[in-house]
Formats: sequence, C-alpha cells, structure tokens
Amino acid sequence: MPSIKELAKRKEKFVSGHRLCPGCGAGVIARLVMLAIDKPVVVGCATGCLEVSSTIFPYSSWDTPFIHSAFENVAATISGAESAYKALKKQGKIDKDIVFVAFGGDGGTYDIGLQSLSGAAERGHRMLYVCYNNQAYMNTGIQRSSATPRGASTTTSPAGKVIPGKLQFSKDIMSIMIAHNIPYAAQTIPGRWNDIVNKVEKAINTDGFSFINVLSPCRLGWPHKPEMAMEITRIAVETCFWPLYECESGKYKLNYKPKEKKPITEWLKLQGRFAHLLKPGNEHIVEEIQKEVDRRWEELLKKCETS
Amino acid sequence: MIIPSFWIFLKKGEKMPSKRVTKTGNEIFAEAMRQINPDVVAAYPITPATEIVQIFSQFVADGIVKTEYVAVESEHSAMSACIGSAATGARTMTGTSAQGLALMWEMLYIAAGLRLPIIMAVVNRALSAPINIHCDHSDTMGARDSGWIQIYSENVQEAYDNLVQAVKIAEHPEVRLPVMATTDGFILSHCLEVAEILDDETVQKFIGEPPKRPTIFDFEKPITLGALDLQDYYFEHRRQVAEAMKKSIRVIDEVADEYAKLTGRKYSFFESYYLDDAEYAIVLIGSTAGTAKDVVDKLRNAGKKVGLMKIRVFRPFDYLRVRKALENIKIIGVMDRADGLNSFCGPLFSEICTCLYESEKKPALMNFIYGLGGREVREEDIETVFEELFKIEKQGKTVNTKYIGVRE
Repeated sequence: MPSIKELAKRKEKFVSGHRLCPGCGAGVIARLVMLAIDKPVVVGCATGCLEVSSTIFPYSSWDTPFIHSAFENVAATISGAESAYKALKKQGKIDKDIVFVAFGGDGGTYDIGLQSLSGAAERGHRMLYVCYNNQAYMNTGIQRSSATPRGASTTTSPAGKVIPGKLQFSKDIMSIMIAHNIPYAAQTIPGRWNDIVNKVEKAINTDGFSFINVLSPCRLGWPHKPEMAMEITRIAVETCFWPLYECESGKYKLNYKPKEKKPITEWLKLQGRFAHLLKPGNEHIVEEIQKEVDRRWEELLKKCETS
Repeated sequence: MIIPSFWIFLKKGEKMPSKRVTKTGNEIFAEAMRQINPDVVAAYPITPATEIVQIFSQFVADGIVKTEYVAVESEHSAMSACIGSAATGARTMTGTSAQGLALMWEMLYIAAGLRLPIIMAVVNRALSAPINIHCDHSDTMGARDSGWIQIYSENVQEAYDNLVQAVKIAEHPEVRLPVMATTDGFILSHCLEVAEILDDETVQKFIGEPPKRPTIFDFEKPITLGALDLQDYYFEHRRQVAEAMKKSIRVIDEVADEYAKLTGRKYSFFESYYLDDAEYAIVLIGSTAGTAKDVVDKLRNAGKKVGLMKIRVFRPFDYLRVRKALENIKIIGVMDRADGLNSFCGPLFSEICTCLYESEKKPALMNFIYGLGGREVREEDIETVFEELFKIEKQGKTVNTKYIGVRE
C-alpha cells in the first residue's frame, strides 16, 4: 500500500471544480478511490449526486475517461466497456492494462440498479463497483431508499405524528453481493483513508468482480455539520453501526475492532434525521436499533471467526 | 423482387462474390452478424428474435467470430452494455423484439444522444397487452422518435442487405447514429427463403474498419461522455442529433449505391411498384408488400391503374422524395401495421399526410390499420383496401380510419 506521501504525489484523476456540497462524502470517496488506482482507469457513474455535480457540461472533474448513461445501469454500462476491452485486447488493438470502476449511490445500487449490478457480478466482469452510500436518494431531495436506516426521517419516510421515520432496517447489500460468490467485497469509510485505499488496491488487483460499500455522509440529508463529515463516519465504525470488514473469496475479515463499542446514540445524536428518536416516547425505537446493530455485529464476528 | 444481376459487373475470370442460401429471417440476421464479426454483442433472448442471438452464441462458442458475447440479464442491460461497448470505439451489435425493445426504450434515446453507432437486428412483434408474440410494427413505431435510423425489410434478402448496410450507415462520420434493421416477426423471422449473400471477405471489405471517433479508451485526451447538459447546452446537442439524422439521408443513398455495385441490388428509401402512372396506390411497410404486389399485378391485368409504395427507411423519413412519388396519384390508401391510438390514424399515415400537405395536387388519403398481433393479411384484404379506394372516387369523399380484418 502506498504511504500518504506517495499518494499525495500521484496525479489526481478526480480534480477540483466539482459542485458537490461542502462536507459531502462522495467527493472525498471519488478522490481517494482514484488516487488508489495507479493505472489507466475508465470510470462509469450512475445518475446521482456524484455524476450531476462532477460533469456539468462543458466542465468535468474527471481527468480520466468517464461515461454516464443512466441511473439503474452503471454495472451494465461498464460490463459493455470491459467486454469491449477484452475483445480489443485479444485482437491486439489495445496494449494497456485498463481498470474499470463503476460508482453508484445507494439508490443506483441497492434499489433501481440492483438487477444490473447482480447481472454484472454474476457474469464476473473485471470491475470495481463502488457504492457511495449516503443512505437515501439525496440527489432528488432526501427520499428513503432500502439503504436508509431504521428510524431515519426522509422526505418519503418523514417523522410524523403517527409514524416515527423509516420503519424498516436497511437492506444487507454486503451479504447479497457476497452471495454472488464474487472474489472481493468490502465495507469502508472515507474517514480512514488507509482503509479505503487499501481496499481499492486489493479490489483492482482481484481477477473478477469486486464490490466496496462506502458510507458517504450527506450534510443535507443526514444532516450534520459539514466539518463533522469524516468524523461522523468514524463514529459509525466505533458504534459498530458500520463495521470495517472485507470478504475475500468467501473468507470474512474484520479490519477494525473498536476497543469499546460505543452506544448507538453516539451516532444518532449527531444527525438531524434521527433527532426525533432522541425525544421522550421514542426510546423503544432506539432500543430496537441498538438491538439490531448488536445482532448484525455479532453475526459478523461469527462469520469472521468461522470462515 | 429485384433480380440479382451482379454478374454484369464481373470481369472475365472474376469469381462471383456471392452465393445463394436458404435461410429464415433470423438465420440470415445471424449470418450477417457472423460476417460483420462485431467486437461485442450484448443481448437478451425474446421471441421471435431469440434465434438470432442463439445462433450467434454458437458462432462465439465455436470460435468462428472474434466477438465478446455478453449474456446480459435484461434488454435494458443489453442496450446499456452496448452503450458502454460502443463508447470504447468497439463495433457493437444486439438483437431484440417487442417487450425487449420497450424495456430498452430509455437507453435507445441515450444511445442516439451519445451518438453511438450501435447496430440492432429487430424482429417486429406486437406490444402487450394482451401479450402476443406475433407480428405488427407497434414496437419499432414506439421507438420512431428515439434518434435511431430504422430500416424495414420485405423479405429475407432485404433483411440481410439492410443489416450489412446498417453498419456502414451508422458508423459514417457524418451520421454516428444507431441503426435498427427489422424483419416481420414469424412471417420473415421464421420463414425459409432463398437469398443471395456476399462472401465474408466482401462484407468485411464493404464495411471496413470502424472510422475513428472520440472514445473512452483515449487516455491521452480523456473524454467525459454523458455529461449533464443544462438549459445552456442540451438544445444544441439535440439539434446536432437532428442534423445527423438529416445528413444520414445522403449517406443512406451513398451506401446503397456502393452496395448496388457489389450486388446489383439497388435500395432506396422506398420501393415504387407501378407507381408512375397509378391512379390508386397503397403505401405500406414490410412483408405485406409481397402480398400487395401480387394484388397490384392482378388488378393491373384487369386494367386498373393501381400501384404500391413500400417504405424501407422510416427514419429518417424522406419527405421530399415520397411526396414527389405520391403527389400525382389520385387516391392513396396508407396501411399501418400499428395503431396510433390517437383517435385518428396510424403513424405511417401521419407521415404521408405531412408529406403531401405542401403539394399542390393533394391526393385523397385513407388510413387502414391491419394485421395487429399477427392477424393474417391475405390477398383479399389488400383487394378490400383497393375496393375502398375505388369507392372513394365514386363517393367523392374519404372516410375515417378503417380497420381491416378485424371482428367488430
């Protein structure tokens, strides 16, 4: 893995000038992912915040070939590009080793894009799929997705007088992707540059499909103080809400174990979307969330021990 | 039927560059694809187009094409993968029908808007509901404003010729638009006919290497493809698509000329059958032209001045030449194998009406909707249409759209 000094010397492929919000996680994630790839790289992006903010014609923040076609199909679009690469390489029309990266938000990954993602993973195209997961449809104005956590207030699961925010827990996309028997899947945060860079490096050196789920803070939708963006992702890890782990060819590995697991309220209290949960009368929901976080954490620990 | 006359171009000692084969519409599409030998094919099976990619998969499995075959999980992903592939500069093809084409709809517009010369073999089939697997043109008519060039075929021979020409039209630097070549479901897709095909080498020479264009495999000068256009640029880029479609008229002619030199088969935007001195004529698309030609022959023998226009290229629509060919006819029956469901007429009728509006001699026009969901079209049905046209003359007025061959 490169040191931070080495990384700093690399040519940036995701450059300044984009119009993402201050305190947005997507820009930091895109920059770190691109820095971690020291090879020619073709980037695909699903419709969403990252795409609309980084490619406003005639400007682009991508100093590398980039394609966007639609919302639900970045995995299929990059499948086509990667297949063309194989065909042209076989014919000797390309000599470079090209890396393919697809970015999708949680909407483009967990929901509308799940089918094309599953198809691409099953076919085993050599690409890295990065889900920058801000846990709701932020680009259209904070609507719930299947990645939205239990209790969060969004514009389509608002906290009201009768319904206290989203009723369901988030979909376990990591298990879904790992069930495709892909060679590499990992979960990470932008708040630990070494963890994300390390995982991207591993992923692009894997012969096949790889998937990385990155927690991406959204100052508008969560909302949080912009300067807290990176810290908040670390608190997600410390509360075991967002464990850092990877799964290489079916073998689970926990990358970081908090010395002392912090209560979920530490994560909840920093974000406006959970504010209503911390008011009297909703203690049972916080309890439920804590219970589910504990259950998923224990399950993960077991998988890491036994695999 | 145009009689093959390639031999007149042969010099002494030259080998015939073609051979006769007996194939179905699907088989000949697959055969043309084998000869085109694209870099990537991404496709999803659907009746009645399944065989095209099924046969082609065997070519891939047997290593007789260089193609990477992407067996995607839906037609939406098929077109998405085609877009990703074509964006790299790779020659890219697919095939589909009906619901599959409908599922691609979003991506059809994007393929055209990104100016990607994807080539698609389409087998025309009715759209659900009710679900039906047989021929009509409602699927491709639904995609008529998507920015794709559309070429329809009367028979298996034309299906082959159209698909081979499609490559050259799509990739022309002044066009760079996707092209769909179609056959009528089951009527052509599953019907054995004799056709003449070129040899592999001649096809390869004819289509040549894809001309250079900006791609996402250029790392020296990387491009951002599919950027967000706001109020300040979207209109200009759409205007360019419209211009490319307009320019494609000349290119389609040029490609047809070049193809005629190879094969003796000369194609235009439409085929005129006894149109020059016709007083009554039918305009239609696709395989029904064969049946209609027989009826025209019959009526001509009976002394009736009847004729036929078979539209081959529906997008772009060659308004000027269609007008010129039709304006001297007294009464025209436009037969649509798709309904516009607009309370008035079918899509082809709209185009013919538009063509003739500026003509000083306005022929009387009548619209007939026929053959939906594979309803058989017999000679008697075409005769009924002509009878209606003769009646108009006696009555001195046209009537609303008529449905032919339906129980009402």
